[in-house]
Amino acid sequence: MCRQLSGAAIVLETLKDMGVDLIFGYPGGAVLPIYDALYQDEGIRHILARQEGGAVHAAEGYARSTGKPGVVIVTSGPGATNAVTGIADAMLDSIPLVVFSGQVATNLIGTDAFQEADTIGITRHCTKHNYLVRDPKDLAQTIVEAFHLATSGRPGPVVIDLPKNVQTAIIDYIKPDPNKRMHKGYRPRVKADPVEITQALDMIAKAKRPVFYTGGGVINSGPNASKALRELADLTGVPVTSTLMGLGAFPASSQQWLGMLGMHGTYEANFAMHDADLVVALGSRFDDRVTCKVESFSPNAKKIHVDIDRSSINRIIHVDLPIVGDVGSVMQDMVTLWKEKHYQMQDISAWWVQIDEWRAKQCLNFTKQGNEIMPQQAIRSLWEATKGKNPIVSTEVGQHQMWTAQYFGFDDPNHFLTSGGLGTMGYGFPSIIGAQVGNPDSLCMTIAGEASFQMNVQEMATVAQYRLPVKIFILNNRFMGMVRQWQDLLYDHRRSQSYSEALPDFVALAKAYGWNALKIEKPSQLEDGIKTMLETPGPVLVDCQVAQLANCLPMVPPGSGQTEMILESDITDNHVKKQEYTPSASSSSAATIRG
Amino acid sequence: MDSGEVIERHTLSVTVDNVAGILARIAGMFSTRGYNIESLTVADVTKDNAISRLSIVTSGLPHVIDQMVHQLDRLPPVHRVVDLTAVGPHVERELALIKVVGVGDNRIEALRLAEVYHARVVDATIASFIFEVTGTTEKVEKFLELMGELGLVEVARTGIAAMARGRDAF
Repeated sequence: MCRQLSGAAIVLETLKDMGVDLIFGYPGGAVLPIYDALYQDEGIRHILARQEGGAVHAAEGYARSTGKPGVVIVTSGPGATNAVTGIADAMLDSIPLVVFSGQVATNLIGTDAFQEADTIGITRHCTKHNYLVRDPKDLAQTIVEAFHLATSGRPGPVVIDLPKNVQTAIIDYIKPDPNKRMHKGYRPRVKADPVEITQALDMIAKAKRPVFYTGGGVINSGPNASKALRELADLTGVPVTSTLMGLGAFPASSQQWLGMLGMHGTYEANFAMHDADLVVALGSRFDDRVTCKVESFSPNAKKIHVDIDRSSINRIIHVDLPIVGDVGSVMQDMVTLWKEKHYQMQDISAWWVQIDEWRAKQCLNFTKQGNEIMPQQAIRSLWEATKGKNPIVSTEVGQHQMWTAQYFGFDDPNHFLTSGGLGTMGYGFPSIIGAQVGNPDSLCMTIAGEASFQMNVQEMATVAQYRLPVKIFILNNRFMGMVRQWQDLLYDHRRSQSYSEALPDFVALAKAYGWNALKIEKPSQLEDGIKTMLETPGPVLVDCQVAQLANCLPMVPPGSGQTEMILESDITDNHVKKQEYTPSASSSSAATIRG
Repeated sequence: MDSGEVIERHTLSVTVDNVAGILARIAGMFSTRGYNIESLTVADVTKDNAISRLSIVTSGLPHVIDQMVHQLDRLPPVHRVVDLTAVGPHVERELALIKVVGVGDNRIEALRLAEVYHARVVDATIASFIFEVTGTTEKVEKFLELMGELGLVEVARTGIAAMARGRDAF
């Protein structure tokens, strides 16, 4: 017995079959049939953003914090094009999303109809895959496939473009087969070859100066991957560093934690990577912000690269042992085999002595500027005040993002949401909305800059509508801080267009949306201000006035090698005093070019 | 990456789901990632029109060609990517239609050379021929070069279709 259903009803039916109970979106002409079906359906909660871009970032935050795919509905034309930035963001950070876009009716496609855009063409290269569903009979199975693609292998966004007449068509509904695959050639490799696992363990056990370099893949792989990483680190005693996207997979409170690596990485992480004799890349992809100058990246290290995406391997850095597989599964296999075969690590105490020397540099120390709040101090205070609550923290993009990575200690996966690959200003605030909706009992905070926050400031209404108790902590330095920093350090102080002119009164703005808000202006107000923010129920915005010209350091200037860091001590009056490369004791004096 | 690599020409054979936009997807991936396409042919190759085979001739450093293979392989509609050049002996053929205009000795010479190259005359007027020539790219190029002297006015080429030698099928 077949039921007759409209395309729109099939969308909701299939979403529920896929376990979806929450979607983000914004209605419009070409998705009216879906919104009409939603109106009559109690099974799915819809969060109305105030712009499609906000909806997609919220879905990203939801996905990243819960491990479940984010689902978005937007209309055709401008609805879809507004969604593109978030889709591209999810592509670069491997965030599972399924985005439904409305489309003009099939007979109007290609006629420059009202609100028509070539959504499939526009999103082709910023999605893992996309579909234009022309036949309502294909609809249900396509949705099943989209969820499979979005969440399996290397996760990513999938777009389903739905012409309006496909949504209104009434057809005999046949439940899709969840195990049927539309693309028979798509078979991501999850389990690695045991021979490769053995080779990797042999290399690790023999290494004198090993480093684990972990990335967002460990978090995408799920909580078991973080568990396996901790166990592997425990068994081997190897120091661990991570990319921005991987923060939280390994506890920042661990003695083995080196801090983040790369352009704004710690002194010890970058030197350890450079001087290592073995780098084990776990779910990370040798991004240019990590490698810095490729020619001088970890010149003397053998390299193992574990990644589920074969095309990430040998793309930028040539590796000695590629392992294609899910990083969680690979690390679990490593742990099992390590125990089974009673592997013993070489004595690496000399390596730790060296690392402690680098740590002694205390590269994250900062000096106070007058009677101003140092942004680094603000983040540290925020961390001290909230760490007992295990908060979920999102950031926008820029100095405050890097400071959060440096000064906020993340001990658990899925608790740090940030735009790493695309570097999207305007990501942080909407993403915490999604995180809060998905984690109603968690403390959800955004650490923002005053410039980034304004990029999706309209979402304050969304927060107000759903009474979400998010906390927005703006480090207000009246500059696009990272742009200003680069201009000062690299463009001879020509601060072209980087001053935040005509700022709103953020406190008054927040109050206009029915939020609570407060301003912190002096160091003496910092701790009380944070306390007030945390104790005030509902959404709270904090406008924290911080030192205008603080720089985010260490910094590897573009084009420099990973150890050529500018440190706080290298700077006076916002000028770099010296920029010289100091080779460490254990490495050869000149970086050799290889791999 | 490793220095000392030299640019190589490779022929890739790719089987894909024959879905709408698949050509744009693949050609677009090559252009967005900055890979070369020297020639690309595509046609469905199964009775139910479900699967298409693309033959792509490309050039690049070996590690870049390796990347192309993996980038193709990760597109969900792609079934299989075979680097025929890396796999070993294979045959490559293309077909060209060549219009030659002329009278007198040139015309006779063109016809004589066509015979040597096993090119068929598929259209003839008093002042022109269209030749159909099939073979390797080198053979087609050579024939074109000769016709260039004898009144060549128009060329249409199909690009390479390629297949590995021996009994194994991909």
